[in-house]
Amino acid sequence: MTAIVDSAPRTRDRLSRARALHWILAGALLLACAASLQVGATNVTLTDLLAKAMRGDALSQIERVVLLDIRLPRLAMGGLVGAALAVSGAAMQGLFRNPLADPGIVGVGAGAGLGAILAIVLGAFLPAWLLGLTGNYLTPFAAFLGGWGSTILLYRVSTRHGSTSVATMLLAGIALGALAGALSGILVYIADDRQLRDLTFWGLGSLAGASWAKVLAAGPMIALAIGAALMLGRGLNGLALGEATAAHIGIDVQRMKSVAILAVAAATGVAVAVSGGIGFIGIVVPHLLRLASGPDHRTLLLNAALLGAILLILADVIARVVVAPAELPIGIVTAVLGAPVFLWILLTRRGLVES
Amino acid sequence: MSLIAEDIRVSYGRHEALRGVSLAARPGEVTAVVGPNGSGKSTLLGAMTATQPYRGRVLLNGADIASAKPWELAAQRAVLPQASRLAFPFSVIEVVRIGLHSGTAGDRAEVPMQALARVGLSHYAERSFHELSGGEAQRVMLARVLAQVWRPVEDGTPRWLFLDEPVSSLDIAHQLQVMEIARAFARAGGGVIAVMHDLNLTALFADRVAILAAGRRLAFGAPAEVLTDDILSRAYGCALRVSAPPPDGVPYILPHAASA
Ligand SMILES: Nc1ncnc2c1ncn2[C@@H]1O[C@H](COP(=O)(O)OP(=O)(O)OP(=O)(O)O)[C@@H](O)[C@H]1O
Ligand SMILES: [Mg+2]
Repeated sequence: MTAIVDSAPRTRDRLSRARALHWILAGALLLACAASLQVGATNVTLTDLLAKAMRGDALSQIERVVLLDIRLPRLAMGGLVGAALAVSGAAMQGLFRNPLADPGIVGVGAGAGLGAILAIVLGAFLPAWLLGLTGNYLTPFAAFLGGWGSTILLYRVSTRHGSTSVATMLLAGIALGALAGALSGILVYIADDRQLRDLTFWGLGSLAGASWAKVLAAGPMIALAIGAALMLGRGLNGLALGEATAAHIGIDVQRMKSVAILAVAAATGVAVAVSGGIGFIGIVVPHLLRLASGPDHRTLLLNAALLGAILLILADVIARVVVAPAELPIGIVTAVLGAPVFLWILLTRRGLVES
Repeated sequence: MSLIAEDIRVSYGRHEALRGVSLAARPGEVTAVVGPNGSGKSTLLGAMTATQPYRGRVLLNGADIASAKPWELAAQRAVLPQASRLAFPFSVIEVVRIGLHSGTAGDRAEVPMQALARVGLSHYAERSFHELSGGEAQRVMLARVLAQVWRPVEDGTPRWLFLDEPVSSLDIAHQLQVMEIARAFARAGGGVIAVMHDLNLTALFADRVAILAAGRRLAFGAPAEVLTDDILSRAYGCALRVSAPPPDGVPYILPHAASA
């Protein structure tokens, strides 16, 4: 009976550690934001601007443009995309009951990419009034549809009687990715020169094109998807014991799965639409957080959003400084940092992966 | 207030796993379901817990479960599956808490630890669930189920435990412990439906026994009535001898060679 007394305080440890992590990560996010505003191709720095503001001096036109129209939207976009990728990774891993499920790896990103490319290339053939109506939303929405279709297909293929086969999921992801890649390749032949340039910039995976217009087009959908995903905590915890047990503890499993799939597709789709292929955030972030504070999705999802935003903002800073004044595509930075972590997960995956 | 299953039929493709089974269980009692492998015990439990599509009707505390919401059912009954696999490295106490709503105040916060103590595993609270032995894992799952319906009667309504082979991987001491827990839950006003393989434990702890064979109910009644040489030998297709010696007259069942 003393054991109850002994372990009760430690029991709250992991949960309270996860809750403390909310605040620590929020603080770190502020620091990352400051770092992102500090550096860039011009030698305008946040600290100089703050000093100027303290002295009461007005900002010059250039400083204004650099800060408000270049760095801030880029920062906002980086934070949104990072949060979206990490949360959809965590939600998808919960849904597939597998820590290796990541929208980028299992082909959802490729599906979303196909949707985006379709919109870029075939969008030109749409009637003008429809284009005017959809405006900036066309590409993100098409990417969302592409991501949604591929998530549903993937779930159908790899899940039988409520349990997901890892091997089937990964292989189906390869097939999906290949198919989406081939279709995208065909579209490239149809594309005209201007579209080709759009596609190339887009495909490199970069935040360089960030603008307030893009942030406004992508932001609400990403925020909505993240908000929906944050509601899934208890349901995904239940799903860890299988669909039957999730239902037994009172979860509407079908509805929960639909919400999870929609949220993953929307978050991944829109993130892919505005930033191209940025990999590994969705798998590395949840994994690190599970090591730090356990797999409880009620805290994991929010922490993933915060850490995802931090990592992507910092990766973007790295992308801007290592080869300055030029810049690296951010997808290269996340791959260089993320791929080794992914391999390390595979090496130490004992107890992490079912069958 | 009871559990009533009427004419339950379940088919897996062309295989008829249940061919019209009826069952009525009362709160305050342990109702055991026994029968050979593949006779449809888990399938029946699945139908009664809305896990498994079925034809027929299941009434839980007077309401048809087909039209109840998952959370309404979860407030009235908990289910221990025959086997469970956990996807992420949750700790033992986190597993016990999984079904519960967070932020429940007061004495409720202590329920998971109390449930773990009930199955004798409170010192394992911080261990990773994946490191447990098979029997330990099964007992943690029982603690999870107990925590979900901790009070056997809530607002005058009995709550129910559905247990699929709760003791099959346990040593003899823990078999007794778990059956005691089930009986205590029933005596406190809750209802227990337990799928069992051990006929002697069934005779000791069950108030009513349903015997299934090939998707049909062969017998249903008090242990002394249905645990007989004749019925058991027919159900299992092997020679079994039942004795019920004084003073308490609890039947015990021994196999004996067909030639003897
Ligand atoms: N998902 C399924 N698909 C097809 N057939 C199934 C399925 N589940 C069970 N069955 C079949 O239905 C019959 C009843 O299965 P059930 O699991 O209910 O048996 P049981 O009485 O619980 O057996 P055991 O004592 O081995 O647990 C068996 O013949 C089994 O092969
Ligand atoms: Mg069974």
